Amino acid sequence: MDLILFVWRQKGPDEKGLLEQFAAKDISPEMSFLEMLDTVNEGLIKAAKEPIAFDHDCREGICGMCSQVINGVPHGPQEKTTVCQLHMRNFKDGDSIYIEPWRARAFPVIKDLIVDRSALDRIIQAGGYISVHTGGVPDANAVLISKDNADTAMDASECIGCGACVAACPNGSAMLFTAAKVTHLAMLPQGQIEAARRVCIMTEAMMKEGFGNCSNHYECQAACPKGIRVQFIAKLNREFIKAQIKDSGKRNQ
Amino acid sequence: MLLLFKNTVGRKIVMAVTGLLMFGFIIGHLLGNTTIFTGPDGINAYAEKLRNLGPLIWIMRVIMLVMVSLHVFFGVQITLEDNAAKPGSYAMKRNLRSTFASRSMIWTGLLIAGYLIYHLLQFTFHVINPEISSMKNFDSLGRHDVFSMLVHGFQSVLVSSVYIAAMIAVALHLAHGIQSLFQTLGLNNDSSLPAIEKAGLITAVILFLGYVSIPAAILAGIVK
Ligand code: HEM
Ligand code: FES
Repeated sequence: MDLILFVWRQKGPDEKGLLEQFAAKDISPEMSFLEMLDTVNEGLIKAAKEPIAFDHDCREGICGMCSQVINGVPHGPQEKTTVCQLHMRNFKDGDSIYIEPWRARAFPVIKDLIVDRSALDRIIQAGGYISVHTGGVPDANAVLISKDNADTAMDASECIGCGACVAACPNGSAMLFTAAKVTHLAMLPQGQIEAARRVCIMTEAMMKEGFGNCSNHYECQAACPKGIRVQFIAKLNREFIKAQIKDSGKRNQ
Repeated sequence: MLLLFKNTVGRKIVMAVTGLLMFGFIIGHLLGNTTIFTGPDGINAYAEKLRNLGPLIWIMRVIMLVMVSLHVFFGVQITLEDNAAKPGSYAMKRNLRSTFASRSMIWTGLLIAGYLIYHLLQFTFHVINPEISSMKNFDSLGRHDVFSMLVHGFQSVLVSSVYIAAMIAVALHLAHGIQSLFQTLGLNNDSSLPAIEKAGLITAVILFLGYVSIPAAILAGIVK
């Protein structure tokens, strides 16, 4: 099939960008979206033109690198699917496709469709860790965890840190990401030592990176390729309230 | 405590609590106002009771003023930060979950603030249309004639239209705000979230119909 692409081109972080039109010809419906872009880039290279710069790594939907807003939706039209796992059979011959980078102040564009997502790493560094004893490997099942808690922690840990939540959010907030990390650790006994401090530090770190606040639009959940739910944000809010109560209790002693 | 006024979640909790109290107020206010349907006796007696509360009514007023001030201050501050966090927009953006109501909270909020000032000047401080002010008019029992004040006020299509427009803003604000405050305070879960969203929407519509029924009844000549 033949497609018309409108792709965001931007030479560098401080350059002005614009949408450039490309023709993608003879695309097989079996191709992934990234293979389609590879094909277009081969043509550009043969014509001695600058290929479209885009991010990718695993191409199997687990690394979270393929950050593209396709026709106004982060990761494109198929629910719970990353760009690399999106196939061209989701499009029709003759379609126009708009491809843009994540847009948020905390994610500066490096080039074309590639943005710098390291702000998410710094939120993790601020509080996404637990204290463990050094020494031998602990026995399996030495620490009992209820099935419900284990399931919730597993669901939250599915977050691959791709940043689609930020890209979808009208406020450029990273609350879904932060909430997934906070919930993941708060559900487990190993995460309790820092629980109260973690939620404060990580939300503060989020704001310091220039992300917005959460207005409960829930766009993030709709865009998330891993089905992370806004319920985790409610959990983060509960953790924050608990931390405040604990803190005022300590001061009164 | 400091984090409550500084942190991103802390400030949202302040907005949710102040929003909840204002929400409670406008339910009570509507229930009080419906005494107009029982005729002059009903609402004038109700207004007299409120006045006789003395210091209590002033405590209420001060609390409400603090609530509104906190809510507006953080509402504006948060929105400015949010806009700064999202520079430039997509050439194409599809909204999957957010609503017109959720995206226009700051505008419906500011409209409510504007109307609130006008509303207090008109019916509480009698600066606007002093000729209909109940301060000068008394009913046969010597009570302030709030009934006539409202009827004369709302017989003006302009006064009624402004009021109805303001109620649309309130309804939109609450259509998103009610479910949002449950999420902010963590008072929901996977299965209750959709139910709370629906209940919030229905509550907003009921409040809208309740408030609008008053000028509608006056304009239609049912209450006169
Ligand atoms: C009748 C008076 C009002 C009521 C009952 C009310 C209620 C609410 C509620 C329940 C919320 C949701 C809070 C949350 O998500 O936790 C909210 C949010 C909001 N309110 Fe109001 N509000 C009122 C007046 C105002 C006014 C006068 C403003 C003026 C600026 C305003 C601005 C906002 C904004 C900007 C938000 C969204 C904050 C965010 O999530 O980003 N509100 N309101
Ligand atoms: S390239 Fe790894 S998730 Fe898409």
